[in-house]
Amino acid sequence: MSSLTTHIGALTLKNPVMTASGTFGYGLEFEDLVDLTRIGGIIVKGTTLEPRQGNPYPRMAETAHGMLNCVGLQNKGVDYFCKHIYPQIKDIDSQFVVNVSGSSPETYAECAARVAELERIEAIELNISCPNVRQGGMAFGTTCAGAASVVKAVRAVYPKTLIVKLSPNVTDITEIARAVEAEGADAVSLINTLMGMAIDAERQRPVLSIKTGGLSGPAVKPVALRMVWQVFEAVQIPIVGLGGIMNATDAVEFLLAGARAVEIGTANFIDPAVTVKVVDGINEYLDRHNCASVEDIIGAAH
Amino acid sequence: MNTKKHILDLSVAQVRELSAGYVEIHLRAADGKMPEMLPGQFVQVRVDGSPETFLRRPISVNLLTRTGAEGGACCDATGNDGAADELWLLVHAVGDGTRALARLQAGDTLNIVGPLGNGFTLPAEGADARPLLVGGGVGTAPLLFLGQELAARGVRPTFLLGGRREADIMQLEHFRRFGDVALTTEDGSAGERGFVTQHSLWRDAAYTQIYTCGPKLMMVNVARMARERGIPCEVSLENMMACGLGACLCCVENTVDGHVCVCTEGPVFDAKRLNIDH
Ligand SMILES: Cc1cc2nc3c(=O)[nH]c(=O)nc-3n(C[C@H](O)[C@H](O)[C@H](O)COP(=O)(O)OP(=O)(O)OC[C@H]3O[C@@H](n4cnc5c(N)ncnc54)[C@H](O)[C@@H]3O)c2cc1C
Ligand SMILES: Cc1cc2nc3c(=O)[nH]c(=O)nc-3n(C[C@H](O)[C@H](O)[C@H](O)COP(=O)(O)O)c2cc1C
Ligand code: FES
Repeated sequence: MSSLTTHIGALTLKNPVMTASGTFGYGLEFEDLVDLTRIGGIIVKGTTLEPRQGNPYPRMAETAHGMLNCVGLQNKGVDYFCKHIYPQIKDIDSQFVVNVSGSSPETYAECAARVAELERIEAIELNISCPNVRQGGMAFGTTCAGAASVVKAVRAVYPKTLIVKLSPNVTDITEIARAVEAEGADAVSLINTLMGMAIDAERQRPVLSIKTGGLSGPAVKPVALRMVWQVFEAVQIPIVGLGGIMNATDAVEFLLAGARAVEIGTANFIDPAVTVKVVDGINEYLDRHNCASVEDIIGAAH
Repeated sequence: MNTKKHILDLSVAQVRELSAGYVEIHLRAADGKMPEMLPGQFVQVRVDGSPETFLRRPISVNLLTRTGAEGGACCDATGNDGAADELWLLVHAVGDGTRALARLQAGDTLNIVGPLGNGFTLPAEGADARPLLVGGGVGTAPLLFLGQELAARGVRPTFLLGGRREADIMQLEHFRRFGDVALTTEDGSAGERGFVTQHSLWRDAAYTQIYTCGPKLMMVNVARMARERGIPCEVSLENMMACGLGACLCCVENTVDGHVCVCTEGPVFDAKRLNIDH
């Protein structure tokens, strides 16, 4: 039995496996199917200052080894989260992280400030990379100045662990990573979904209501892995790696590329208990390679 | 009512081809026991035999037969030896995923997550209920289970089943065990010619509740007929799903309360809550 404990800034995770925002609800939806206390961290649905209805249906299209979505940050707003969801999750023994989104640096900061008051939430993940909203989201995550402006505003009001989630829809992701590191981000997570689209050949129309969507699942894994590798060589702050992880071997590859923790998204739809299987599989891998701690393999492929 | 969700590896006891493209799959658990499920609920099926099929597929609970229970009677006709509870799925092969399910054979394993969703509202015990269950195509699937539950409560439902032709109407022998059956086909090969909404039973319909599942346009029309007659109506939707658990928000329906998840707040909705009924 190796030590699976890992640290993302001041945030301690009992193991390096987290769930990706938007794919695991608030965790409660999966309670019957998987032991939440065995998951290192649970990153909840994208949360905004005001409630949002999201985009019209259809919001999903299946693709070869993946899926496209254009949910568009549907959520009931940060106050609803604080009042109704937080009391239900605060005593569950895992690390809950709130994924924060907004339409301006001010709304990001206000949302983050409200989450900062929740004692048991020790970190937020700043989503500057949602490809499915017209205002904000990815618009901030695709330029260094945009990314820096949001991180700066949030850093001023958020003293706990600040993870910034990066978009892969850029020419050079390392530039953005450096820009958010310079503004005081404690960590970066990558990647969010890759912009894509699907066309219905029979109807001769796009499948998704807003035409484009974000690609996730195993189809994006090689791209994600490459970006984690590059960012590891570009910044000092910890990296959380994700994109297409389906099993423990995938997760280990991200750790070897330099991630200190991983997130699992789309795979939860195929196997709602995949997270604990990945935890067990990482443990088995470490034993097989005579590693005392998961720390031993982080970035080891470089 | 909340049912507990499970991830189960079930074994295929039997696959019956009912007509071209339609199969009835009988599933059993290793310990012989199926968890509690409600009529209208569905399961998310993992499709192993189709590389094109990445996500699970939502399929309604068609019937749940318990060993030793009343409903068990209908097992005899289909070869259940009574050794185990059976979960039945009725699958219409329309694409890669459902075609792979139709190729399953006895002895294969099928992984499901369920039961999921809310289910139909059942009449209160002892109420003088005269429900009408209107189904089209593979949408008749959950109505069989609903009919079984109604019959078990001493309520005799009327089923109104429609299809393009006779071959599209399945499981008639089972529906007849639970209630009265009226049919329509577009070509007149069985029952009255036309759509379910044109059947003569609507003329003097004195029903207390309508339940409907099938093509959306059919359900919209059934909901309108129900509204005109002042009869409460529940509609079962089939929006595309990814998780089936209320996590991804892909399956939303635009209701009078805004976007709600069909997989958790549905698939069964009071027609009044849907924007289709206006
Ligand atoms: C709650 C619920 C219960 C259902 N119950 C049953 C059932 O008991 N038996 C059954 O045979 N089917 C049922 N369906 C529909 C079934 O899930 C789809 O037919 C299936 O997902 C199609 O997968 P495929 O890979 O075969 O087809 P694909 O290759 O994915 O698609 C083939 C065609 O089917 C259409 N389609 C895809 N998904 C759906 C969907 N969710 N609803 C309607 N059309 C779709 C596509 O637009 C396309 O035209 C249910 C759906 C839901 C949401
Ligand atoms: C249905 C769906 C909804 C998502 N919603 C969010 C979200 O609200 N915020 C966010 O930062 N990422 C969101 N994502 C992106 C995932 O968190 C993740 O970055 C991406 O799916 C890649 O990981 P995966 O391949 O393991 O799914 C969503 C993804 C999916 C599939
Ligand atoms: S299918 Fe994921 S929320 Fe309904």
